[in-house]
Amino acid sequence: MSAVNTIVQGILLGGLYALYAAGLSLIFGVMRLVNLAHGDFIVLAAFVLLGLGTALGLPLPFALIIAVPFMFALGWALQRTILNRALTGDLLVPLLVTFGLSIIIQNGLLLAFSADSRRLSLGELETASLDLGALSIGVVPLLTFVVALAAIAGLSALFYRTPLGRTLRATSDSAEIVQIMGVNPRAVFAIAMGLSFIFIALAAFFMGVRANFDPSAGPARLLYGFEAVVIGGLGSIWGTLVGGIILGIAQTIGGSINPAWQTLAGHVVFLAVILIRPTGLFRRQ
Amino acid sequence: MNPLLQARGLEVYYGNFQALFGVDVTINEGETIAIIGANGAGKSSFLNSLSGLAPSRADHIYFEGRPVGGTSPFNMVKLGIGLVPEGRRLFPSLTVEENLLMGAHGRTVDRGWNLDTVYDLFPVLRERRHQMAPTLSGGQQQMVAIGRALMANPRILLCDEISLGLSPAIIRDVYAALAEIKKHDTTILIVEQDLTAALNAADRVYCLMEGRVTLEGAPASLSKDAIRRAYFGA
Amino acid sequence: MSETVPAPTARTVIGTPISRAAMAGFAILVIGLVAAPAFVERSLVADLVLVFLMITLAQCWNLLAGYAGLISVGQQAFVGLGGYCLFALIILAGVDPLVAVLLTPLIVAVASVPIGFVVFRLQGAYFAVVTWVVAEVLRLLLAQWQALGGGTGNSLPRTATSEMFALEWVSESFGVRSAAGREIIIYWVALAAVVVVIALAYAMLRSRLGLALSAIRDGEMPAESVGVNILRNKFIVYIFAAFGASLAGALYFLHVSRISPDAAFSVLDWTAYVIFIVVIGGIGTIEGPIIGAILFVVLQSQFAVYGPWYLIALGAFGIVIILVAPRGIWGLFSQATGIQLFPTRRRLVLDNARTSNQGE
Repeated sequence: MSAVNTIVQGILLGGLYALYAAGLSLIFGVMRLVNLAHGDFIVLAAFVLLGLGTALGLPLPFALIIAVPFMFALGWALQRTILNRALTGDLLVPLLVTFGLSIIIQNGLLLAFSADSRRLSLGELETASLDLGALSIGVVPLLTFVVALAAIAGLSALFYRTPLGRTLRATSDSAEIVQIMGVNPRAVFAIAMGLSFIFIALAAFFMGVRANFDPSAGPARLLYGFEAVVIGGLGSIWGTLVGGIILGIAQTIGGSINPAWQTLAGHVVFLAVILIRPTGLFRRQ
Repeated sequence: MNPLLQARGLEVYYGNFQALFGVDVTINEGETIAIIGANGAGKSSFLNSLSGLAPSRADHIYFEGRPVGGTSPFNMVKLGIGLVPEGRRLFPSLTVEENLLMGAHGRTVDRGWNLDTVYDLFPVLRERRHQMAPTLSGGQQQMVAIGRALMANPRILLCDEISLGLSPAIIRDVYAALAEIKKHDTTILIVEQDLTAALNAADRVYCLMEGRVTLEGAPASLSKDAIRRAYFGA
Repeated sequence: MSETVPAPTARTVIGTPISRAAMAGFAILVIGLVAAPAFVERSLVADLVLVFLMITLAQCWNLLAGYAGLISVGQQAFVGLGGYCLFALIILAGVDPLVAVLLTPLIVAVASVPIGFVVFRLQGAYFAVVTWVVAEVLRLLLAQWQALGGGTGNSLPRTATSEMFALEWVSESFGVRSAAGREIIIYWVALAAVVVVIALAYAMLRSRLGLALSAIRDGEMPAESVGVNILRNKFIVYIFAAFGASLAGALYFLHVSRISPDAAFSVLDWTAYVIFIVVIGGIGTIEGPIIGAILFVVLQSQFAVYGPWYLIALGAFGIVIILVAPRGIWGLFSQATGIQLFPTRRRLVLDNARTSNQGE
């Protein structure tokens, strides 16, 4: 029964990784940009939530409601001011710019909040769990998974059923040709980055509630999200959820054998997947 | 006649490479103009600069008498300059209908083109509206590309090599559609390597060679010999 | 055309009068640097070791990104492997430290082949992140190696370093204690490493391979038309970069005599700083990383005490340079003056200027 429990925990953890991954996947799909500061922005958003909670005394869910539009605006502005300039067609430039941002954010957070580990508090909910016979499922992990599922379903609906989604897909196909349709691709990129930052805010909320974080926690979040994107298949929205789940299961199984192997097991499964199928398991046609 | 779109001394550079050397072309409202010329004569550079995809100086291109050169492509289309790009360039991950709807982004006025009227012009597209664009035949894809440009309700439609890779029967269909479009008070500029198709459709012809205009006139007034010289050089 | 005028003959040359003068200058500089420990302060020797190691790393990264188009954010994998390989050879196998320094890059270069097979599965930006994952895997694995201290790391035993090859001779000739003598030996090996890496990198760039790589990178011609196997050549560059990075890693961790997984596989120390050096100095040139590394070590010694503020400034400076002057300091200088100390492009020269058009 503990094996089943491990797998269930892994699936639920996968929801968190899908939240890390969805924003990365979206911007790579639309503008072929890999944001190396993605994880650092998740940590930044967690500190924003922490700040809203402590400074304004807001309950955490309300802090999230404020943080979501704030993060959207931050992503939008980041794209408009810096990242659009970096999309010169040379792969090196956006990678180095986001790598530089990663260092700036980590050290900015270090100055503002010190290197101490923090945690977001949801009160009694954190320890609550549902007992299903031999299985015991934490409410917070379950909530994480449900929100991830809903957010990804929402993104998928936006992408495939709305005019904005149509424009995002067309821009992904050709940023040059959308221009002669009357679309400014840079404006589309800014919206895509804003959407990516909504996922960052959601990811930050659940990351901070589930585990401790500190200013240096970003790169690991980037790698988990990236691994989920690649395992699930580049360009596939639902693939990020599948990739996240596979990564989550790999980590919980590894961690149940030896706690020191949790992260390692996830990385190893990722490397195995790219050796076998470098295009991921669910690549969009 | 009322000049709608004009190139005056148009020069186009790609880095150090000069593609056009002072091209003068006037397109009057309601005309169908053909630009002919061999590969590399500068035809696509000319069309791309008119649609904003290639860089040009403001005072090299005039639309309704206003200098518009160097305007970004997404604003050019809003002025009323629509482009059917070479190679069709449909959005492969969109359906036929979604491709057409993308064209509506550049729409600023209603000149009668919408999904219904485009489907009336190309009935086969109505049947295939929910198919993904790459699953269509070449001729059908060309129809989507033309329809997509029409969805912006342009004053002038720029068509780049629309007969490329199509069978003679399909080329006839496509040009029949152009004639229909012209009846909607739409000015048309076609760039063609297919001389017969171009000369049949056009009111006036310009021939480009090595980035310069070498011949201009109504098709009937031009001898085959003159065209050959303008096309290939002496 | 009369028969007495010979037909014009053309040949390609790479060197220029300035570059030949620069070669001579560099030769003199290297000789001076070899002798430097006899004259300069011990702290300067330590700084120069750092400069040499950073130039070595920067040249390797520059070859990867600037020439082969392989953007890695995981070169710390090979620096760390170099350090751990060195410690394993010294502590577990009892190899002389100097011999271990020379063996390490060979061993790591061999190890980089299977690693390359994994990371080359993905391209472009994804390649970059996979290299980082691999470095993390190595860090986590080596943290499990209890014989080398596990997660907390290990120090070199005093006996191992005090019996280093040639140490006695150096200490006696320079009249210094054994710790300082050890530093001098490391200094010389680091100097040799940087000279060898620059020479190999320069030779690689001037070769047909280098020419083909830059043509492909600039999109001037498709790889097939040059007749080169582009993937194989990128792989060769990758292995070379692993070789150089592990040599730098071995020397660094011998220098500090202490290793831990976090220090050995630090993305900040071994990749972020190195990228900064290459970008500031000028990517795609031999001169750029040298200038960048000297500037970096000066900045580091002056401003590192400001900690996070220093790193924020470094990150911002790097972003501004890549957006505003992507060819870096040397690129700006070279563009303004036309001077190249290490030219890599071939120029066509017509031997009979009288009959030629003087065209290039």
